[in-house]
Amino acid sequence: MTESVAVIDYGMGNLHSVASALGKVCNHKIHVTSDPAVVAAADRVIFPGVGAIGDCMGEIRRLGFDALLREQVASGKPVLGICVGMQALLTHSQESGGTECIDLFPGEVKFFGHDHKSPEGEPLKVPHMGWNQVEQVDHPLWADIPQNSRFYFVHSFYVEDTGSEVTGRCEYGVRFAAALGRNNLFAVQFHPEKSHTAGLQLLHNFVRWNGQR
Amino acid sequence: MGLAKRIIPCLDVDNGRVVKGVQFVDIRDAGDPVEIAKRYNEAGADEITFLDITASHEGRDTTVHTVERIASEVFIPLTVGGGIRTVEDIRNMLNAGADKVGINSAAVHNPDFVKAASDRFGAQCIVVAIDAKQVSAEGEPKRWEIFTHGGRKPTGIDAVEWAKKMCANGAGEILLTSMDRDGTKNGFDLELTRAISDAVPIPVIASGGVGSLQHLADGVTEGRADAVLAASIFHFGEYTVGEAKEFMAERGIEVRL
Repeated sequence: MTESVAVIDYGMGNLHSVASALGKVCNHKIHVTSDPAVVAAADRVIFPGVGAIGDCMGEIRRLGFDALLREQVASGKPVLGICVGMQALLTHSQESGGTECIDLFPGEVKFFGHDHKSPEGEPLKVPHMGWNQVEQVDHPLWADIPQNSRFYFVHSFYVEDTGSEVTGRCEYGVRFAAALGRNNLFAVQFHPEKSHTAGLQLLHNFVRWNGQR
Repeated sequence: MGLAKRIIPCLDVDNGRVVKGVQFVDIRDAGDPVEIAKRYNEAGADEITFLDITASHEGRDTTVHTVERIASEVFIPLTVGGGIRTVEDIRNMLNAGADKVGINSAAVHNPDFVKAASDRFGAQCIVVAIDAKQVSAEGEPKRWEIFTHGGRKPTGIDAVEWAKKMCANGAGEILLTSMDRDGTKNGFDLELTRAISDAVPIPVIASGGVGSLQHLADGVTEGRADAVLAASIFHFGEYTVGEAKEFMAERGIEVRL
């Protein structure tokens, strides 16, 4: 039977690119869906997100997708969060005047700041936009991606580099978590669907991943 | 180690066809934006920007379709500018697969449009395109103003103040074109680029005037731009994106190789 991937659609942003990139790396059936039954029936789940976290969490809660996502993660199937989809998995975000998130990973999502600077005191633009290097921590989703490869980021808030669940690190004035992983759950701050060869390889690895370290 | 400066080829598209000709020697259809976008993607471009110069309403539908086709095959960020006037225009382009939209004249006519767009879709996808021209006389402190209609129509708005205002209204990035330099191949207006880049906390893309690889490097080192945009030097095969990156890397500029 053909495997399936559900890309959860809660109305925040365009999922066309994620679906196209998945189509490029596998023959799985790809469902861009807001139907909980389709998500529950899928073999793998992608949880994307763009825009402000307050709006995202509002929609996620209204649609009951926080509970749905917990169930999917608990079921053991591979789940991948992308960008704001990663930030939404944390406990809390400073964005949108302070936002309670889904709390699948402990921690706080912080603002780079209006006066962000490098350690040398050079001003750094926010959003952090463009291709930055990711220091990988051994994990099956990094298979065949050279260490310190560049991925495309665009974000003004970041997940702190704390805890044993950080699976990728990036530096932009501060060191932050570019990726998090626990068991069958993986999340990335960058956009694999916009990160050319390295990004497509990560999606390739995800759609073949058994959900274990 | 850190964030790379971006190199962005720009295509002018009219009714779904690339104009101002792209001259790759071995390309099958040099007018097909999808073919060209794929080529730039393979060459290592960090993003691709489309400037839609289509005048007719029907032509806009063609553009949406073109963006769809490119987004299905090119997995790097895609910006679409030109003719973005309403929230609906933005939604159409984002749904078609654009990652960012460039807003130019519509922002000048209604600065609150940028705010509405940013609130609705997020600052990350709102690029405000600024066309600026020097208005100070020789010997005076440099001053630039915003022009619309391809640089023909003055607005009396100071470019630096305008950039700050657009940033406050929720722009995520600024695409800055010097109308004095555009098409000249004499290099970016570095003083303008630096003045704007130093004035705003968001990324600035320098545009207008690139004729050599040194110009690209100068845009970053002298102009303090976060990204450099060029059209003709890449289109006519004078240089490849790869050569541009090697040149910049040799001068200590961080690039994605």
